[in-house]
Amino acid sequence: MAMPGWKTRLTDRQRRDVLAYIKTFSSFFADTTQRPEPIKFSSAPGGGSNAEALKVGRQFYDSIGCRKCHGDQGRGDGPSAPTLKDDAQHPIFAANLHENWRFNGGGTVEDIYHRLRTGLDGTPMPSFSDLIDNKFLTDEQLWRVAQYVRSLSPKEAPVVRDVIHAPLAKTLPHAPDDSAWTAVDVYWFPLVGQVIRKERWFAPAVTGVWVKAVHTADSIAVRVVWDDRSESPDTAWLGYIGRVLATLDSDDSTREQPALWPDQLTVQFPVSIPTGMERPYFLMGSSSAPVYQWRWTSSARGTATAGLARGIDRFDPLANGGVNAQAVFDHGQWRVVFSRALASADTASQLPFRTGRAIPVAFFAWDGSNGEHGTRMAVSTWYFLALDEPVPARVFISPVLAMVLTLGLGMLVVWRAQQKTSYRR
Amino acid sequence: MTGRVFSVVGSMFLLTVCSKGDRGSVQAAPPAAQPVVTSDPAAAGGTISGKIKFTGTAPRNPAIDMSEEAACKAKYTTPPTEENVVAGPANALANVFVYVSAGVPAGQTFPAPATAVVLDQNGCRYHPHVFGVMVGQNIEIKNSDPLLHNIKAIAKKNRPFNVSQPNAGMTKTVTFAQPEVMVNLECNVHGWMHAYAGVRPDPFFAVSKPDGSFTISGLPPGTYTIEAWHEKFGTQTATVTIAGTETKAQNFTFAAR
Repeated sequence: MAMPGWKTRLTDRQRRDVLAYIKTFSSFFADTTQRPEPIKFSSAPGGGSNAEALKVGRQFYDSIGCRKCHGDQGRGDGPSAPTLKDDAQHPIFAANLHENWRFNGGGTVEDIYHRLRTGLDGTPMPSFSDLIDNKFLTDEQLWRVAQYVRSLSPKEAPVVRDVIHAPLAKTLPHAPDDSAWTAVDVYWFPLVGQVIRKERWFAPAVTGVWVKAVHTADSIAVRVVWDDRSESPDTAWLGYIGRVLATLDSDDSTREQPALWPDQLTVQFPVSIPTGMERPYFLMGSSSAPVYQWRWTSSARGTATAGLARGIDRFDPLANGGVNAQAVFDHGQWRVVFSRALASADTASQLPFRTGRAIPVAFFAWDGSNGEHGTRMAVSTWYFLALDEPVPARVFISPVLAMVLTLGLGMLVVWRAQQKTSYRR
Repeated sequence: MTGRVFSVVGSMFLLTVCSKGDRGSVQAAPPAAQPVVTSDPAAAGGTISGKIKFTGTAPRNPAIDMSEEAACKAKYTTPPTEENVVAGPANALANVFVYVSAGVPAGQTFPAPATAVVLDQNGCRYHPHVFGVMVGQNIEIKNSDPLLHNIKAIAKKNRPFNVSQPNAGMTKTVTFAQPEVMVNLECNVHGWMHAYAGVRPDPFFAVSKPDGSFTISGLPPGTYTIEAWHEKFGTQTATVTIAGTETKAQNFTFAAR
């Protein structure tokens, strides 16, 4: 992803010269008996986002076998996904087709179509051009597959908004798929590998979380959704875990045997709402300044544990944590709802939530089937959670009162002026 | 779509391979008429034959879990296994690629046979598992399974390719332009599917049969280095001198590992 485009930086001639030089690196190009024919790409047929086109795309998504690796819903969780290797024999994930901003070959419909035609060198992704030649499908139908794949991702790549607004609701939706969640704004936060403390983790499986929150007069619910190819622990992924661990640099990690680790998610807050700018260390606090966490794990998915983390390797569960969790795993996606009372009896260690304040919040995720556990995890920095206060009635009444008063005074002035004029006559 | 035109004029072969479509397919340049070989190589010359064995205990081939692919699973009466080590009676070793690695005079060229090597994807396994093919000779890759296979060639000297065949009856014809022992072929949908192609510039190669036997014939007089390659047990070499039309015996013994 670090490779920039060179179109504006080099002239056409210069780019061709660089190309010619790069081709000297490989013997493929020295062999003049090979004459590769460039593929002629057509342009996208219209109507790519209407329901009929997407239906055709979905039909061929199934019949040409995309789901074998990319999964039924496209989250890279197909039956062959745990066995995939790149050309260097390293384990490789099938792309999550819901995150087109992360596609190696580009995320536009055209990019996806080109990748379907050519495949992606170095990866298991094959070319599907022969299918057109074999009349298995038409060029237009292959475009429909590309348009369907594009439709799985949002129209725009998500952008980070720092503050999660939790509106006030009458009742708390505890179930992850409660219809009340659909009306609530969603916030996306990127996660990156934990590379500060050993064992470091450079290629985390969870690349972001989608968060919603609501509160009632006395409770709060936070819904965290993230894509994960496997419902860990899953024995189908044991071989994959072994291959992941085998690729680790031995001077950064102690060699480990693969095990069936669960998926995990942690939501982190400070112990109390900070009054100044200072917040505890984002990477699970420190011995002198602990953080308050909700920890969820797929091996006990109906519960969550509240506790204090005092650094990355020390977590002390709290008695009477009072945090509940409900979780759903659905075609490569976890949806977990945490809930708790706003107030807490133990205000020294269990954050009391208050409305109208910016409450720091951070997220950590582990994909057990990617060999993640302990310090091998995906982390976020601090963001904020704000419990919106109900708008007091005076907010609406005061401007109206002010307007009425202004109007009344104005009319009085005009009336008085008219009175004076009539005296002079 | 592959058009194939070949004609035989006397002992001269003209072989043109046209394949169009994706960049994985390449067009082999029609070789100039090559009146170098004046006799049928199989009919004259010397022969090297032998048996290939191994010592020790052959590792067990892992069972293949085909539960995701009912159509493949249905083709087996006993649970299928991988074919990493195919052993015959008395420690005979099959699927060893035996070829002349040195000794063929430089500059001597051999026409590629007009018949294609067929690589069949059947029952979610490759048939054959190990094969030899000449530079420029067609390899017809066909899918006999009613499901998606992709076939990926991992090569260092030849152009890699990776194409999909989502249904039974689909075929693709490919050629390799450079000698390479071995080109690895694999299916990423079915991680257990592996095949190996030995690409040679001459016809002096063979793959050992289930009884471990192999025969390389048509060798002109000379001294040759013979190499035997096995996917798990590595390689062995031997030197053989051929005079006239004799048959020389050359056995190989691998150590199981």
